[in-house]
Amino acid sequence: MNRPVNPPQSGSATEGKLDDKAVIPIRTVMDIVTARQHGRELALQSGFSETESTLIATIISELARNIVLYAQTGEIVLGKANGSENQHGVIIISRDNGPGIPDVQRALVGGYSTSGGLGLGLCGVRRMVDEFYIDTGTDKGTTVTAKKWLQ
Amino acid sequence: MADNKGKGRDRTLQPEMSGNVGSPNDESHAEVLRELVAHLRQNRTQLREVWASRIMSARFLTAMTNEEIMAEASSVYDNYLGALETGSIEALEAYARDLSERIIPRGVETHEVVGIVLLLRDVLARSLFAKYGQNQQLLTRVLDAYEPAANRIATTVAVGFVQERERIIRQQQEAIRELSTPVLAVRERLLILPIIGILDPQRARQLTEQLLRGIRVNRARVVVMDLTGVPAVDAAVANHLVQTVEAARLVGADVIVTGLAPELAQTLVTIGVDLGKMATVGDLQGGIEEAEKLLGYKVMPITEKNNE
Amino acid sequence: MEVPILKQRNYLIASVQAVLTDQDLVTLRDRLVAQVGRYRSVGVILDVTGLDVMDSFSVRTLRDMAHMIRLRGADTVIVGIQPEVAFSMVQLGLSLEGVPTALDLEEGLAYLDARPKRTSVGPPAGSR
Repeated sequence: MNRPVNPPQSGSATEGKLDDKAVIPIRTVMDIVTARQHGRELALQSGFSETESTLIATIISELARNIVLYAQTGEIVLGKANGSENQHGVIIISRDNGPGIPDVQRALVGGYSTSGGLGLGLCGVRRMVDEFYIDTGTDKGTTVTAKKWLQ
Repeated sequence: MADNKGKGRDRTLQPEMSGNVGSPNDESHAEVLRELVAHLRQNRTQLREVWASRIMSARFLTAMTNEEIMAEASSVYDNYLGALETGSIEALEAYARDLSERIIPRGVETHEVVGIVLLLRDVLARSLFAKYGQNQQLLTRVLDAYEPAANRIATTVAVGFVQERERIIRQQQEAIRELSTPVLAVRERLLILPIIGILDPQRARQLTEQLLRGIRVNRARVVVMDLTGVPAVDAAVANHLVQTVEAARLVGADVIVTGLAPELAQTLVTIGVDLGKMATVGDLQGGIEEAEKLLGYKVMPITEKNNE
Repeated sequence: MEVPILKQRNYLIASVQAVLTDQDLVTLRDRLVAQVGRYRSVGVILDVTGLDVMDSFSVRTLRDMAHMIRLRGADTVIVGIQPEVAFSMVQLGLSLEGVPTALDLEEGLAYLDARPKRTSVGPPAGSR
């Protein structure tokens, strides 16, 4: 799957190269499963352990679900990535044209529990990845970029 | 006297090269390479001897016996020529990895491996000088073909060696980490996890993975996690311990924490852990007894007068 | 895809074999709750060995399910959470707090059997 990707809005999020990218459209709950299975495969192929790959799959599941819950449609982009300090790993981009997240700061600081019912889980996601960027607004939807490196 | 372990080649060597003497191009390089490889192959025995003696006088590979050096020298020589000839480094890479895997446990170091490959490059170069030195133009063409190929070979072997070394070091570190966090199956359904030493995030993560695996393999219902041997823990690792307890529960085992020093307890409280929810017992012995109670065991004391 | 639900004594056992979508999970929840009522079961074992991932939705749904089953007088125990899944859950702060767990079906049954007997709401439904 090598379809062209529109670069996300924030500049720093695109630092580093992107190989083998896949774009998974997210419209229904079935697509959440597709996205996370693809993500797990990609993680395993990139050299992550079973445990880390499951973690990555879970993160993708959360991001994809947010799209379905709040924006109805969007896409998840997955690919291998290299960091500015020669790290290797994966990049996950979640993109939608939804209403944006009103209080991003609060969503990010939430604390350890995601059981608040909103299903956002962004603070949990942010803690588990090495680089995390979020760009959101009523006029531009929401783009979350996450990168995780092999240790 | 030439040792023609011939790969079936039967070229007649010509001191003068026919054909254009213009600027080098790939095909002419290939042709030149074939010629000089044939020459080096023909003089294999002699050149190999020279090289081996230079290795020994440079005091490389002191970890190996002379016989071993000669044996490896032959393989390296042949692979070297093969790489020169075909331009393909795949076979060479494979050989370099294989060689590294064998000699690293013998204590051979990076500078030795780089050293001997460079020595071979030099020995062969000298031989080429001797053969083609009369004709300046010819010598230049020969070196134009030889040098880049020889340098790539040297790099390939060195890099292969270093990568193999790093891989082995990682493996050893992994093994050490596993040894230092043993999961002990003491009784049916009961695991003891004595944690000793400083816990860094990586070790903590590995500990969790080992414990979870251990729970499944041993079908444990209770784990006694003893922290007596843990001197100090920061908030991040304390948090990780809490996660370990919760993860164990999800997989199906209850965790009893023992040996919790007051400072550690304080750290846990500071990060918001409700110690009331975590089963803690003073010491390991007490923890094991508590675990046995949970499992429904009754421990009977052995009377001294039992002599059957 | 439909998850098979089996009756064993007065327990219900459901084993998730493959990956479930959100919808599948909700359907399973509703079916289990309904069947607990229909058969007057006193315990439910949900084997999630086949679940590749447990995210906030699955956790919430399973907690709801256990709660709803509780309201019908039965206990739920979740078994078969894989180490990688458990690890991811705690790292992301997802908690199945309040829902008992056990290693596998055998342990799940042992857990349910070991609970103190409670008076059931009516005569147990006919055997399997």
